[in-house]
Amino acid sequence: MAQPDNIIKDVKWEGKTAIVEATGDIDLHRSNNFQQALQQVLKKKPEKMIINLADVQYMDSSGIATLVKLLSNTRKHKIELAIAGANKRVQSVFEITRLNSVFNIYDSLEQALQK
Amino acid sequence: MTAKDQKLDISIKSDPAVLGDVRQQVDEFVTSAGYDEVTAGLIMLSLDEALTNIIRHAYKGETDKCIEIELKTEDNELKVNIRDFGCQADNAKIRSRDLEDIRPGGLGVHIIHECMDCVEYSPSECGRGTLLKMKKKLPR
Repeated sequence: MAQPDNIIKDVKWEGKTAIVEATGDIDLHRSNNFQQALQQVLKKKPEKMIINLADVQYMDSSGIATLVKLLSNTRKHKIELAIAGANKRVQSVFEITRLNSVFNIYDSLEQALQK
Repeated sequence: MTAKDQKLDISIKSDPAVLGDVRQQVDEFVTSAGYDEVTAGLIMLSLDEALTNIIRHAYKGETDKCIEIELKTEDNELKVNIRDFGCQADNAKIRSRDLEDIRPGGLGVHIIHECMDCVEYSPSECGRGTLLKMKKKLPR
């Protein structure tokens, strides 16, 4: 299935919160693009980042690795990080790697914004 | 093999760009075998992680090498065989890492072992590469 070129379809700002809207599959083929795009958002120094995965159908360990790197960077710069909207399959990847207790994961973007 | 047993053979090049198409075929196969949505997703993930490891380690990122994938339902099990013809994997070095150590990378082998009931690596009969055999009990 053809995937959009850019894994991040939009970055919205609510005050100093960056809402990163990801799309498509995050796998070996596209995780570099994901990582580079996240670095661009980090450079804008948000106070909080929400990665909205509602439009992501699939994520493998390279996607997880990208998010672990992001977590490390956000902790270093005291930026709050939240993951939102992951479907059941993507949630199961966090669970099987036991990273569901390491990330702040919310069922929806609305919930992530309220916290 | 009984009449309801199924088989799917896929032959691909070691190009990450084709992984999406492979996942789609595998998803359809394992879903038709009766697995629920999440389990089907985890089987697809295991196969994808195995292919990622082959592309990265056996073929060192070269994108024009051959990988053969066979899925079949037989003896109440899903059997997945993946064969590459690259650098042979050292069985002693293929292992999960400590998940308490929160760092990127090295999760693929852990995922494969968590998702599948049986995982075996052996040298390919042709003398080059590795044959990975994975099994998972079919749902009732």
